[in-house]
Amino acid sequence: MAITIEAPRLVKAAPLLKAQNVSKTYGHVQAVKNVSSEVFPGEVLGIVGESGSGKSTFLRMLNLEETPDSGSYTLDLPEVDGNLFDLDRFARRMLCAKRIGIVYQNPHLGLLMKHSSSGNVAERLLVAGERRFSVLREKAQEALEASEFPVDRLDAPPIELSGGMQQRVQLAKAIALEPALLLLDEPTTGLDVSVQALVLDTLKRLQQERKITMVIVSHDLGVIRTLADRVMVMRRGEVVEAGLADQIFQDPQHAYTQQLVHAKL
Amino acid sequence: MTTVLEVQSLTKGFTMHHLGNHLAAFDQVSFNLKAGEFLLLKGQNGAGKSTLLRTLYRSYVAQSGKVIFHSQHGAIDLLSAADVDITMLRREEIGFVTQFLVARPRVSAEALVAEPLRMAGETAEAAMDEARKWLSAFGVKEDLWRAYPTTFSGGEQQKVNLARALILPQKLLLLDEPTASLDVKARAALVARLAQLKADGTAMIGVFHHPDDVAHLIDRVIDLTPGLENEEREDVVV
Repeated sequence: MAITIEAPRLVKAAPLLKAQNVSKTYGHVQAVKNVSSEVFPGEVLGIVGESGSGKSTFLRMLNLEETPDSGSYTLDLPEVDGNLFDLDRFARRMLCAKRIGIVYQNPHLGLLMKHSSSGNVAERLLVAGERRFSVLREKAQEALEASEFPVDRLDAPPIELSGGMQQRVQLAKAIALEPALLLLDEPTTGLDVSVQALVLDTLKRLQQERKITMVIVSHDLGVIRTLADRVMVMRRGEVVEAGLADQIFQDPQHAYTQQLVHAKL
Repeated sequence: MTTVLEVQSLTKGFTMHHLGNHLAAFDQVSFNLKAGEFLLLKGQNGAGKSTLLRTLYRSYVAQSGKVIFHSQHGAIDLLSAADVDITMLRREEIGFVTQFLVARPRVSAEALVAEPLRMAGETAEAAMDEARKWLSAFGVKEDLWRAYPTTFSGGEQQKVNLARALILPQKLLLLDEPTASLDVKARAALVARLAQLKADGTAMIGVFHHPDDVAHLIDRVIDLTPGLENEEREDVVV
């Protein structure tokens, strides 16, 4: 009786990201269960759910850090073909360095805390094959500036920086090569409200100016509401509901989504 | 005149899982709308007027029916269209004016108003000029243009909201009580803008608490049968 949503007809572009029936088990725990999703170029997909819902595991698989037990993952890019989960380690590393950026909640996961901030960003360019020192320096600075990182702190190591600044370095590193896909894992969790607003604003601006396709995982519904076009709700490894962001927040269909939305302050 | 929208047997209700019940909003609503037509939704509080607008915009999920929208890219059923298609239509052809501004931290009033034009491909400078023109038309003081609307009063926020919602002419415009909390000057500017858009062919569906302001624009009235407990339904909505 419910209305079935059809395939896109007006939007002619193919989805940039396509994940199909992705599953992953750790011991007895099924962390991710048959998750499928499509993200179109320039679109921002938000994934919400409580701790243990599998949302971060799914994101790490999109970053090719984790291999699922089953399922496929494709990106509509000229240099890659077929299921990305089948790529060898070297090919994965190159693809991630060149086309996928990631910002973790914990900056220690994404940064060398004692190297300079500009060095952290330049490292990404080095991995991708850039060897000219002047280009490295210039491009790193450009990315840091786009992330609204203060120019006078370029040489400061992340360990000396505030949480908000560390997230900016991660963001700069992630966008240094103009990635096709930007993955964000709780990028503002743990930051002060004012700093959180700055990081959100930077992300929104980057999305508008560069049309970067993003997947953002957060348990903070406000963050998702601000950034996402579409939302996927996960619970115990499964997708319980997916739809336009305003629909998920204003007219949630699933009992769990209703609970989640009503619990928001 | 060409048909813009065909609403066929549209039915909407809310299932509230924590209460274990279902509330009907409206049942089997059908009507057509042509370019340049202004349709007023009538009915007491709780008749489902705002709910109907939100269902057409796909913020709400309909139970059954069809809503054929004649987009510049061809006809499409808004109820079953893919999310990306809806996002595209909202950017290009379907506008929604509410009473409330969704301000974003650290985004100035003028940037917020200019955004729809920027998204439509206008240059930053031209979009900003146009944004200032509309802020001025709605009576927002120039001192406030570069300020962040998060801290504005309700009335000022509403003016920014209207400027943003009406800056880019759309094929279909949904109006949810846009005159609430407006002063005389802003209300006059709003009515003038709506008249202009209507003359240029925008089809409109509106909910107005005091329709007198727009009485001369109204072509048709749809009376949504009353009889629902509005308070309970609004609880779900909010």
